Amino acid sequence: MTEQMNGAQALVRSLEAEGVDVLFGYPGGVALPIFDALYDSKQIRSVLPRHEQGAVHMADGYARATGRCGVALVTSGPGASNTITGIANAYMDSIPMVVFTAQVATAVIGTDAFQEIDITGITVPITKHNYLVKDAKELPEIIKEAFHIATTGRPGPVLVDVPVDISKAEIDFDYPEIVNLPGYKPTFRGHGKQVKQAVTLIKEANKPLLYVGGGVIASEGSKELKELAELMQIPVVTTMMGKGSFPEDHHLWIGMPGMHGAKYTNYAITETDLLIAVGVRFDDRVTGKLATFANKAKIIHVDVDPAEIGKNKEADVPIVGDAKNVLAGMVAELRKTGAEPITQGWVALVDRWRKQFPLHYSPEEGALHPQYVVQRVSELTADRETIIATEVGQNQMWACQFYTLRHPRSWISSGGLGTMGFGLPAAIGAQAGRPDALVIDIAGDGSIQMNSQEFATAAINGFPVKVIILNNGYLGMVRQWQELFYGRRYSSSVLPQDCPDFVKLAEAYGCLGLRVTDPSELDAALKKAFDHDGPAIVDCRVVGEECVYPMVAPGASIDEMLGGIPGCPVSEMLDDGTLEEVWE
Amino acid sequence: MMKHTLSVVVENKPGVLTRVTSLFARRGFNIDSLAVGTTEDPTMSRITIVCSAADTPIEQITKQVYKLINVIKVQDLDPIDSVERELVLFKINAAPERRHEIIEIANVFRAKIVDVGRNSVTIEATGATDKIDAMEDLFRAYGIKEMARTGKIALSRGREG
Ligand SMILES: Cc1ncc(C[n+]2csc(CCOP(=O)(O)OP(=O)(O)O)c2C)c(N)n1
Ligand SMILES: [Mg+2]
Repeated sequence: MTEQMNGAQALVRSLEAEGVDVLFGYPGGVALPIFDALYDSKQIRSVLPRHEQGAVHMADGYARATGRCGVALVTSGPGASNTITGIANAYMDSIPMVVFTAQVATAVIGTDAFQEIDITGITVPITKHNYLVKDAKELPEIIKEAFHIATTGRPGPVLVDVPVDISKAEIDFDYPEIVNLPGYKPTFRGHGKQVKQAVTLIKEANKPLLYVGGGVIASEGSKELKELAELMQIPVVTTMMGKGSFPEDHHLWIGMPGMHGAKYTNYAITETDLLIAVGVRFDDRVTGKLATFANKAKIIHVDVDPAEIGKNKEADVPIVGDAKNVLAGMVAELRKTGAEPITQGWVALVDRWRKQFPLHYSPEEGALHPQYVVQRVSELTADRETIIATEVGQNQMWACQFYTLRHPRSWISSGGLGTMGFGLPAAIGAQAGRPDALVIDIAGDGSIQMNSQEFATAAINGFPVKVIILNNGYLGMVRQWQELFYGRRYSSSVLPQDCPDFVKLAEAYGCLGLRVTDPSELDAALKKAFDHDGPAIVDCRVVGEECVYPMVAPGASIDEMLGGIPGCPVSEMLDDGTLEEVWE
Repeated sequence: MMKHTLSVVVENKPGVLTRVTSLFARRGFNIDSLAVGTTEDPTMSRITIVCSAADTPIEQITKQVYKLINVIKVQDLDPIDSVERELVLFKINAAPERRHEIIEIANVFRAKIVDVGRNSVTIEATGATDKIDAMEDLFRAYGIKEMARTGKIALSRGREG
């Protein structure tokens, strides 16, 4: 059944057919036909951000919190170019998203028309795919393909550029049921023989370790991961992108690896004899010096993207497939062939390191430490459905280290791109998708100023996000590198703690603003913010010159860590009689 | 570092060549030569790319190219198992008294004289890259005024007949 309508109406109808319930859109000249068509949609709520970068991060946060595809819509020219950081961020973290950019009329494309920009050209390296619509009749088919490509295989952002004459052209609308993409057939099911081979290695291993990342979240594979870990008693490390895929209060969870990983986590990677890498890409922030990363281990590498396997580290058993599917296959094969959990010695050894080298900081009487703030946020939200977003910098790392996550899709943080200013709009997007959750952005005083215009979006649209600013008066992570590697020359990294006055800023937007300067005030302020029915900002004036420890210096091996509780390298430790005892 | 010949079959759609070449640039691969044209199926084009890289990186770029939505097939052609050709035009300095020598060289290589000017001859030749390289080398002695090479095209050999 076809129906006559214009391209803009067909676009909106296509979004409805895809089940879109909210989009983040900022209008402008050539986008007006589409916004006009949206005005009639009963299904789609259109949220107006205050900057197009905000729109894309909102779509991103929505996608991370719900698992559904995020949607943003902007005008041509500057509207389109303002989306670039947001798109790159989603691309680096493999987040499913469709971004619509309006474009000048097809007749004037290529003439430097007013607000013309070659957005498909610009976004080739930061999208999974993109389209410039040249024939209105193709619009429904292109939208169908865009959603399909964004959400299947390794997810990612897809951009659709829609010239204004296409939006106005009359077409017969009929939304296609199937896509026809001869060059796009992602492998979903892991190869049976490879899965069997992996299982053989798992059974032979003495010190296996699951190293899991965003792929487990994207594939909704947490249940299967837990089954495998518990069945074989294999400890689990989750990368920053994989946080929440395994409950962090579980005895088999042993932290986040890498540059700011705990010592016990990095030691476990250095010491494992079988690294089961699932939905991870051996990023440099995780591996440190590649040559020494997990160099006592055989490696099983599971990823839906064949290009990730062998990119940074050679795999002994490569498995191309969806993480959930492959994990389920491993569990089934282990059950079928009779699996014995590994000896308790390995888990006991890791536990021993955990006690010996815990994440820690040195509290001073009366001083408000950023780690303490995160700890209290964690404890006060333990029994509520909570989503944690973060900004970038020390705030993000302390959130990684001191917040205890329990569920997948409860962690929203910019990984690959490390985008300051991501947290607030992403939290708003998450709240739009999960209205009942308590959504908290753990922020830095620098990052929050990169998209603080979105406080208006939160206030006006009733998104009661809570922003906890770890206000240290510095671009703290930059200052930390300057302290450690540039002789404490704090070049361009100092921010006055009282400018802006975040309490007044909150009030200017109609949000609740609170300030905490003393640890004794913290709980009351946090509770007040969490119970407030609108957005709230808590300006925590924390100790300024705190560092995130432990730390692996750039280019060093991950078992060579600065700071934290002093301890010897693993190999020596294993020669230590008492630890051998634990192992036996 | 070895020279690899990648044969990439793509959907014949606008912008596809840009996607492929920008991927090479972004991943840090130099393209030595590139030739594009249609295939037996008018909806498909074949891009033949020659690039120098070690084996592991070539596998990586092959996988990355294959991920492009409009790419149907990527082959890293084995030189022994494929036929390769390149077309070249040389415009060579040729005073009348030296013309003869140049034409003789061209004949040895089974090249064709396609144009003769008062002080130059233009020669067309096809062949595998090393043959073209050898000709170029010889003609340099006379002075090559201009040269245009198409870049290599290649197909895997048909074993099934
Ligand atoms: C858009 C952007 N610009 C610059 C950086 C580099 N950078 C990383 S962390 C950081 C400091 C962040 O400061 P703040 O938000 O106050 O967080 P803190 O480290 O103090 O917790 C900077 C400048 C970045 N990641 N993103
Ligand atoms: Mg700061």
